[in-house]
Amino acid sequence: MMIKGYEVVVGLEVHAELNTKTKIYCSCKNSFGLEVNTQVCPICLGMPGTLPTLNEKVVEYAIKMGHALNCSINRICKQDRKNYFYPDLPKSYQISQADIPLCQNGYLDVIMDNGDVRRIGVERIHIEEDAGKLLHSDKFDGSLVDFNRCGVPLIEIVSRPDMRGSDEAKAYLETVRAILKYIDISDCKMQEGSIRCDVNVSVHKPDEPFGTRCEMKNVNSFTAAVRGIDYEANRQIEILEAGGTVTQETRRWDDQKGISVSMRTKEDAQDYRYFPEPDLLTIVVPQEKVDELKRTLPELPNAKIMRYVKSFGLNHYDAKMIVDVVEKSAFFEKCLEAGCKSPKILSNWVLGEISKFMNEGTAIEDTKLTPENMAELVNFIADGKISTAAAKTVFDVIVSEDADISKIIEEKGLAQVSDESALEKIADEVLAANEKSVSDYLGGKTNALGYLVGQCMKASKGKANPGIMKEIILKKIGG
Amino acid sequence: MDKKLYEYNAYELSEMLRAKKISSVELTNSVLDRAEEVDDKVDAYLLTDRQMSLKMAENADKLISSGEAKPRLAGIPIGIKDNISTTGITTTCASRMLENYVPVFNATVIDRLTAAGSVISGKLNMDEFAMGSSTENSYFKTTKNPFDLSCVPGGSSGGSAAAVSCGEAVIALGSDTGGSIRQPASLCGVVGLKPTYGSVSRYGLVAFASSLDQIGPFGRCVKDVALLQDEIQGHDKMDATSADRKYTSLYDNLSEDISGLKIGMPAEYFGEGIKPEVAEAVMNSVRELEKRGATVASVSLPSTGYALSAYYIIACAEASSNLARFDGVKYGYRAKDCDGLTDMYEKTRSEGFGREVKRRIMLGTFVLSSGYFDAYYKKAKLLQKRIQQEFSDAFKSVDVIVTPTSPSEAFKIGDRVSDPLAMYAADICTVTVNIAGLPAVSVPCGYSASGLPFGMQIIGRKFDEQTILNLAQAHESAFGGFRRPKL
Repeated sequence: MMIKGYEVVVGLEVHAELNTKTKIYCSCKNSFGLEVNTQVCPICLGMPGTLPTLNEKVVEYAIKMGHALNCSINRICKQDRKNYFYPDLPKSYQISQADIPLCQNGYLDVIMDNGDVRRIGVERIHIEEDAGKLLHSDKFDGSLVDFNRCGVPLIEIVSRPDMRGSDEAKAYLETVRAILKYIDISDCKMQEGSIRCDVNVSVHKPDEPFGTRCEMKNVNSFTAAVRGIDYEANRQIEILEAGGTVTQETRRWDDQKGISVSMRTKEDAQDYRYFPEPDLLTIVVPQEKVDELKRTLPELPNAKIMRYVKSFGLNHYDAKMIVDVVEKSAFFEKCLEAGCKSPKILSNWVLGEISKFMNEGTAIEDTKLTPENMAELVNFIADGKISTAAAKTVFDVIVSEDADISKIIEEKGLAQVSDESALEKIADEVLAANEKSVSDYLGGKTNALGYLVGQCMKASKGKANPGIMKEIILKKIGG
Repeated sequence: MDKKLYEYNAYELSEMLRAKKISSVELTNSVLDRAEEVDDKVDAYLLTDRQMSLKMAENADKLISSGEAKPRLAGIPIGIKDNISTTGITTTCASRMLENYVPVFNATVIDRLTAAGSVISGKLNMDEFAMGSSTENSYFKTTKNPFDLSCVPGGSSGGSAAAVSCGEAVIALGSDTGGSIRQPASLCGVVGLKPTYGSVSRYGLVAFASSLDQIGPFGRCVKDVALLQDEIQGHDKMDATSADRKYTSLYDNLSEDISGLKIGMPAEYFGEGIKPEVAEAVMNSVRELEKRGATVASVSLPSTGYALSAYYIIACAEASSNLARFDGVKYGYRAKDCDGLTDMYEKTRSEGFGREVKRRIMLGTFVLSSGYFDAYYKKAKLLQKRIQQEFSDAFKSVDVIVTPTSPSEAFKIGDRVSDPLAMYAADICTVTVNIAGLPAVSVPCGYSASGLPFGMQIIGRKFDEQTILNLAQAHESAFGGFRRPKL
């Protein structure tokens, strides 16, 4: 993506909360949304004298992600302390990984909407603990701290500066999120903060070296990432165009105002004084375990998209839209297993009516819809037995109650009419009532035909086979 | 005059309790009476609570008479250094920062001792956050040496050493990061063991330097130290650095037979900086052990001269991070009238910590800073590797290494407070042991002209507490053992 002759360069640091049962260094439950300061113990509160012990599941989850992003796995690595003061950090240091991350040197192929593939380098993935949360209230002067999130396991995925603009960043983020969901290591709920990202942006003329980068924090949604990158790129370009220079700094994205504001410059960058965590042993993962975690990875989103395109004839965009949501893709595949004949028609329903209720917060399991009846419905359409419009009526029924599709069609008289004599009768009536449109069509206004077919469909209450209807009309008006 | 109960050793009291010749309540009262009698002068305790202790003693008496399993330390009053967490009992680390801090959980060692029916006699004074060699860095008071009240008891576990020495506790727990058990044991004429790193759980010990800290026992005789170590050693899943291995009873396997035992004498520990009388006392002891069947060889530990620097870099680096949690947000001291968050941090930490603690936090912060990390911390860690290697080379030819514990006897209170380097030099013989993660015991081995004790340090192979305690036991028999201070 070029803006005013400048190329926009983006690197992303994605923090994802892992969905292990317990926290990373203690046995507290790892769950969101519970009453403040109830999911805590002396260890995650950092009380004096307490010690961390590593939850090995965290290491396994991170290695799975490493494999999914084609990383090399440092099966022998260590944990380090990152020291800084903040009230939400009870030990005043975060246990993280510094110079030897668990996974490094990987890449992720990102499929753009038009089917183009961009390969984005992944520098590293490391494990660390989350901090608590500051709460503010009108009723209270000052801040309150909720420590429930302290010690929730995180992985940080650091990309190389390989993205060229917000569209690629968005596609990268969506792919990362899809992978996290498919390998089932994170709930990926943006609104709960279970994935967050820091964005690095710089701009340069294509024949010049990379520009000075700015890091943007507090980017809490993919939409915010896109807006933030665009804003930041334009801000930097304006500075350069005015003859200025970009200062290396950390900025904070204000999503409400749609602007970024400076937090600190490189000069007063924090010195985290990393050093090896003496309370924990070196992590040593047996090679067999590393291999096993690779072997047992499920089919990853990219492979799935390519399979949908190749085997089912979907376009890239539709395939990606289905694959992006695990539940949609799972339902899609179950319908095919249940005997659905047309993946193409099925995909339209998954991305249409099914996405509609899912976007409103209803899960497929919350409805009466089953892969079997959905497959049956699609087959009725594919066989020309009912029209799409009639199918919608059936769909609305099978979403809300257990019902036999053939019976609904029969009871509601929804069977598609392909019988020519019946259709001719309808055509005669419609043509007689719409002489103006007929003459318009004959006078060269071709879109009048669509109107006439529509009127016939209406007259048939949606039951007419629109293809045959169109042929009959053409025959009758001699076009 | 009849011998008072508090004057007996723990292993003797254990027999008396189990034979029901005495009760734990009587014993506990005797120890606490003794504390009432002398602690005005010695200042070893930060907290005693007779009601609490007697309740534990009553429980112990029930446990003993119930005929159930009778742990050897059931009913024995034990003094606890005040950096070891005790549920419901203030754990101050002798700091203003934690003056009113009451833990909600027990350290693993406390859980083990209370499960065994032991009685907590109280919480003992120390240098603030275990940083110091004299207890003069306590925010509350300076403990006095029972052999001369104008002298320091050593530190940082000075309260533990002094209390055991003058009968205010039968046995006690301390912690040792660079000599904090052995040096005060030496200065107060008692026995103190720094166990192998990883053999005693650190869970609940308020950390000074995590990779060096180790809880260990004090007693007036080797047997008592073995008895207490038996109770506290062992794997703990709450401490990732705790060693998961088989632990055998040191007490049951104690033997004075040292024939054929090879004692190594490193020249580096007998020269410059060591008072000749101290070196002489240690060498006399070794000659005595030779007569009893041990053989003596010289060994070389050439990097010893750099150990003190490496120690203070590693220990302060870890301390600067470990003590960062004391920020006024959650518990402990918080400064009043603060103008915002940064001001609250600054005032709280400036007012809550004492001079020595702040000095070490600053030192540690400096050596970890970007641009200095490689020159200090990384180099110190390399040196640590070398020191470990030199010890393991030495242990190829000898079974134990014997050195003085402290370069001199107890010094006068106030003498070194304005000279931190002189104070740090008190650790010169002990820090290498922590850096190498080895076990070492200090036993009394002589007295100065004015009657102040000297200590001998016996260093062993990793997890070979048995051998050093056996030698200590043989030495105790030859030397005559603990000499009671005249208070």
